[in-house]
Amino acid sequence: MAIRERMSGNEAMAVAMKQINPDVVAAFPITPSTEVPQYFSQFVADGVVDTEFVAVESEHSAMSACVGAQAAGGRAMTATSANGLALMWEVLYIAACSRLPIVLACVNRTLSGPLNIHNDHSDSMGARDSGWIQLYAENNQEAYDNLLMANRIGEHPDVMLPVMVCQDGFITSHKIENIELLEDDKVKAFVGEYNPKYKLLDKNNPISVGPLDLQAHCFEHKRQQAQAMMNAKKVILEVSEEFYKLTGRKYGLFEEYKTDDADVVAVILNSTAGTAKYVVDQYRAQGKKVGLIKPRVFRPFPVDEIAAALSRFKAVAVMDKADSFNAAGGPLFTEITSAMFAKGVFGPKVINYIYGLGGRDVKCSDIEVVYDKLLDIACTGKVDSVYNYLGVRE
Amino acid sequence: MAYNLKEVAKKPERFTGGHRMCAGCGAPVVVRQILRALKPEDHAVIGAATGCLEVSSYLYPYTAWKDSFIHNAFENVGASVSGAEAAYVAMKRKGKIQGETKFIAFGGDGGTYDIGFQALSGAMERGHDMVYVCYDNGAYMNTGIQRSSATPKYADTTTSPAGKKIPGKMQVRKDLTEVMASHHIPYVCQTAAVGNMKDLYEKAEKAIYTKGAAFMNVLAPCPRGWQYNTPDLMELNKLAVETCFWPLYEVIDGKYIINYKPKNKLPVKDFLKVQGRFKHIFKAGNEFMIEEIQAEVDKRWEALLKLAGEEA
Repeated sequence: MAIRERMSGNEAMAVAMKQINPDVVAAFPITPSTEVPQYFSQFVADGVVDTEFVAVESEHSAMSACVGAQAAGGRAMTATSANGLALMWEVLYIAACSRLPIVLACVNRTLSGPLNIHNDHSDSMGARDSGWIQLYAENNQEAYDNLLMANRIGEHPDVMLPVMVCQDGFITSHKIENIELLEDDKVKAFVGEYNPKYKLLDKNNPISVGPLDLQAHCFEHKRQQAQAMMNAKKVILEVSEEFYKLTGRKYGLFEEYKTDDADVVAVILNSTAGTAKYVVDQYRAQGKKVGLIKPRVFRPFPVDEIAAALSRFKAVAVMDKADSFNAAGGPLFTEITSAMFAKGVFGPKVINYIYGLGGRDVKCSDIEVVYDKLLDIACTGKVDSVYNYLGVRE
Repeated sequence: MAYNLKEVAKKPERFTGGHRMCAGCGAPVVVRQILRALKPEDHAVIGAATGCLEVSSYLYPYTAWKDSFIHNAFENVGASVSGAEAAYVAMKRKGKIQGETKFIAFGGDGGTYDIGFQALSGAMERGHDMVYVCYDNGAYMNTGIQRSSATPKYADTTTSPAGKKIPGKMQVRKDLTEVMASHHIPYVCQTAAVGNMKDLYEKAEKAIYTKGAAFMNVLAPCPRGWQYNTPDLMELNKLAVETCFWPLYEVIDGKYIINYKPKNKLPVKDFLKVQGRFKHIFKAGNEFMIEEIQAEVDKRWEALLKLAGEEA
């Protein structure tokens, strides 16, 4: 029987980490992810986990210690936000290219500057090309579930890549909601033991990790890394299917909400998708054919699936809680439009909204503006502006 | 058993030939001797910061390391090795690891005094059972001899060039050994490959087999940066020690021990004049520079004597 509980998104992630019982957690405090290592160090202090908690002196060292621990042959985890993730930047790439399936709980927060502790996605979106698998979560339940699946995905022999599980800072990290937890023994059986083929601590087969890798081999290693990310999609679906059988909770590459007969959809990551679902319900009650697509897997990007899914609609609004500052659109928008173009999907009109930067509250009335615009475009076939800021004073 | 170089040198090499370090470089001599202090039955996880040692010893697909080796980045060898040590502790607790593994991090002075200083300080303060070895050649040699905070005053480097107006580096060198002693860790030492390398070997043995965090600062002359004849490496080590530019000492649980007091302390100019990086300070009119360096060496030596409770 699943355990019915109520807890914040941060506590849910910490509980998942406790149940995974990794060898090393190395973390540094930063709002709003601080609670994760706080809860976890209490588990360590109470002796309910076997983990070494390394209270490092920076996030750069947190990720560096995770690299050392994972290369040693252990499971390593960390949690961070915003500038903490930025300080890890250099080592994120090294973790990925070294094929170390570290797991990182990313509690999304605005990346400085200016300094701001509230939620947007500028931190994890900036890390999108670091070679990490990225999973996004709407609420505490999804954050917990994604974290439980992360080791299985990353550690698969066809993948061997680090995994970042993202949820919205404060909005879901600090909000207490109902949640269904798995029993410890079920998590243990599902996650399994980590026995990598190569590890520093194998004294009979010592290895060297992190070479100077020049023109003769570096290109091939990068190609292998690209293949691993391509392989990840299938593995994510397989692990999600197994998780569904265990829990009854179904996860794919993205969630479709009331899209079957929809004329228009918004594409939204994380907690704002929850707000949008409410608006979709309201509009549906008025007979308006609106729907929602909520990506769960951003890396690898589900190019084929998302292009095929979006081909059915007249108009699409891609919502970005981060700007690329390319003067043309946010990161999710450029991924989606390039996927559609590459797959020959030219039918739908696609627009972009940058929203909620720096934690600006996104209300139902904001989402209504988006759907009203989409319905107008669906009706007239005319797009007056592709790249838009939603609800900003200007 | 008393130290015997002949016996020690018979131990199997753990850092093999075929690496690409320059002839006359101090670093591989230091690394080989430190690894000889490992018990043959013990495994080691060795880390290196980005630098000459790393790029010359593990160039894919070749490695010079018989033990396990990890390179992560420039500034984080302290953190990387501390993470491996933490995994070892956890996995040992779970019964997943048999036998002894020792953890040794190597960094040059750039990767240790400067960019890697924070990760070093953190790893030592947290008390991981590991040794951090700085092989100090007094500049960023791998990138082409740029000044670091370990570069001695007036040294000519490519970012502190001896010019018409400014005679080389204008700041005195950071005393990292003292900074590490102030971490109050169980073992800190300063050493060099001198004579039969007994001092280096015995300190490595203590550092490796002292429970907890240990720090070794080891002089490692660089023929490119210091501009000396490659066969003179051991002579330079000796002069650094005999002039008290580089005193041999250790701090065991806070207690200072000077391991070698020259009977006849040589003037520092003997050490400086065999190095091309100090050529400009021997020009007429620059005598004050040598005097200033001598005064600094004397001041630091006297301070060290005082810390060790010894008379000058």
